[in-house]
Amino acid sequence: MSTTAKKSLNPLSPKERIKVPRQLMPEQPADERAHTFTEVNLGYSAELAQQEALRCLECAKPTCTDNCPVGVKVKDFVEKIVIGDFLGAAATIREDNVLPAVTGRVCPQEDQCEGKCLLSKKVKPLGIGYLERFVADYEQRMGTHIVPHALPTGKKVAVVGSGPSGLTVAGDLIQKGHAVRVFEALHEVGGVLVYGIPEFRLPKQIVREQIAYMQEMGVEFETDVVVGRTVTVDELLDEEGYDAVYIGTGAGLPQFMNIPGEHLNGVYSANEFLTRINLMKAYKFPTYDEPMLDLHGKDVAVIGGGNTALDAIRSALRLGARKAYVIYRRSEAEMPARAEEAHHARQEGIDFQMLTAPVEFVSDGKGWLTAARCVRMELGEPDSSGRRRPVPKEGSEFDLPLSVAIIAIGTSANPIVQSTTPGLGTNKRGYIQASEETQRTTRKGVFAGGDIVTGSATVILAMGAGRRAAKSIHDYLTTGDW
Amino acid sequence: MFKIIHAAFLAPGIKRFVIEAPRIARKQKPGQFVILRIYEEGERIPVTIENSDPERGTINIVVQAAGKTTRLLNSLETGDSILDVVGPLGKPSEIANYGTVVVVGGGVGTAMAYPTALALKKAGNRVLSIVGARNKELVILEPEMRAVSDSLMITTDDGSYADKGFVTDKLRRLIENGTRIDLVIAVGPIVMMRAIAELTRKENIHTVVSLNPIMIDGTGMCGGCRVMIDGKSEFACVDGPEFDAHKVDFAVLVQRNGMYRDAEQRSLAEFESAKAREPEAACAVTTTSEGDQR
Repeated sequence: MSTTAKKSLNPLSPKERIKVPRQLMPEQPADERAHTFTEVNLGYSAELAQQEALRCLECAKPTCTDNCPVGVKVKDFVEKIVIGDFLGAAATIREDNVLPAVTGRVCPQEDQCEGKCLLSKKVKPLGIGYLERFVADYEQRMGTHIVPHALPTGKKVAVVGSGPSGLTVAGDLIQKGHAVRVFEALHEVGGVLVYGIPEFRLPKQIVREQIAYMQEMGVEFETDVVVGRTVTVDELLDEEGYDAVYIGTGAGLPQFMNIPGEHLNGVYSANEFLTRINLMKAYKFPTYDEPMLDLHGKDVAVIGGGNTALDAIRSALRLGARKAYVIYRRSEAEMPARAEEAHHARQEGIDFQMLTAPVEFVSDGKGWLTAARCVRMELGEPDSSGRRRPVPKEGSEFDLPLSVAIIAIGTSANPIVQSTTPGLGTNKRGYIQASEETQRTTRKGVFAGGDIVTGSATVILAMGAGRRAAKSIHDYLTTGDW
Repeated sequence: MFKIIHAAFLAPGIKRFVIEAPRIARKQKPGQFVILRIYEEGERIPVTIENSDPERGTINIVVQAAGKTTRLLNSLETGDSILDVVGPLGKPSEIANYGTVVVVGGGVGTAMAYPTALALKKAGNRVLSIVGARNKELVILEPEMRAVSDSLMITTDDGSYADKGFVTDKLRRLIENGTRIDLVIAVGPIVMMRAIAELTRKENIHTVVSLNPIMIDGTGMCGGCRVMIDGKSEFACVDGPEFDAHKVDFAVLVQRNGMYRDAEQRSLAEFESAKAREPEAACAVTTTSEGDQR
């Protein structure tokens, strides 16, 4: 609903709004939080949220919404915060985003809504992420969400993978009256939200609450099902009576560097390191049975510059690491991680070794990692990604003593679904081919989205794909047209 | 929850469970495995599928008590449940009519060798099986293996049953006798599989082994199960678990399986001391590591 025709509920003039400073996010002090997994950001109070909401310029053409992969109606929900209708604000967000408590915490807002905020031409952008998080948490605390009940259409949809894109598809389709069942390979629902992103950035209780809400809406979940192995896509369509299948299996296989010593004990993929901590709670060993290496007093490094890399190394710090390094081959400006995470990591004492790359992992002679042999890099001409290509500096080799190295340089496509679904087209890197507009694959009735189509990206981009897929699945189910 | 509809010891410390898992039962093929988690705080461990009954919707798994999780598992009885069972995982064995195949099962590995031997027999092969165990009590699935083999040779380390010696002795004998062998499949402890690989490498006999590294998810996501095959990294859970024995770096496998030995021993010691406070008798102790369920 557009507000341009109505008189704004915001009492301030545009000039006054610009003068209100961006409200800071209260956070746990860095020296305290570096030893605990409790959340770093504490969230706005109602007062802070309402003060921040006053800053919105209520643009006639809101670039924030245009830049949101799921199209959240930012100025509408922010206006409701101004007048204190927090539950209404939450309902407005939910029309476009089924996981507001998640995206309010993990979206790279600086590249999306906030990046295009008109305020940022003069002052700091509106704290859209912080506001979204506030209303989602408020709604959760009140325990009252509006559960929509659509008339059943009699159609059934199978969603493969319970990460952000699968949950979005499920949430959108259940509201259209379709029956939805989500299949998850692991024993817990949530995909990367539960095995990948650590507690201090996204408490698992938040994810569980969002999933409980989806169950309330009627979404069914089945864990311990590896589609492609336990049941195939064809069996879902032909034997289990699903009218459409959405594949949102995520990026999958961790990439390694193919340098000597990668098999040493103490060398982890970020996926394994984070899965042991987040999904298996290995940091609570021996209360939980899954073990991990004891990091107390040890020197640990992560290789990579994305959010996963920072999640891993900040977890290592919290598990008692003495030194915690980020080794990244480009400079900090090229790091793909969210700006806030890099800032938090520095505050916590993470040592950034930029323009550095390992060339070998050194063994103690008994199969255990003892150092990373590294070279320093300098930036040369731009490469295919548009970023300046790092080139090794001659004679710069040095050994960085380490007990644990975590490799976080990206992932490649998991082939299980593709290889067991005849006729499902893939690109040359093994990702599933799907239309950017409709998320349709080359197989009738089969849709795909998220990292399994694009390669590793963000939670919100996966959710955007999920929204588009839900819309086109609904079209397909109601018209039968392909 | 996955219900145990029958549980019985096959040998001291080795128990067979028939588990209600209709989806897995429908899809299971020889050479595949499941990953299970017994309770909320439990770890995920890979376990051999010995057999399945698609009509009844059940799978059979065979578990040797070694660490805490497998001991807990082996204390479960008919009517109990397992929290999570996921599978079937891994690529199935490649079944074809090769001619003469030697199937080698060492210890609890015999449970994984059995369905492959059965499928190879059905595919028209001459199946010569060799089953090895430490002693008479630990020889498992003898009648089953006999039923699917043209010939079954048994060895025990201590000579308490059949022939004293190792499975490699029997294989060497076959080779020395001039038996034409088109394929060897070996499933068992790493030392056994490595010894088989060394023996057949010299003779240029194609040999397949089923590897058992530490795993978490079993779908390729974590990369913890990476093994060195022909100098390259492969994931046992999705690229295996069966690999060309002559390309496997067994030293790396042994090294990586020892990564959590301290934690495993601590877990086990705490479990045993808690158990000792209960009146129940402790399970039989073996020297197999927790990851070594084949």
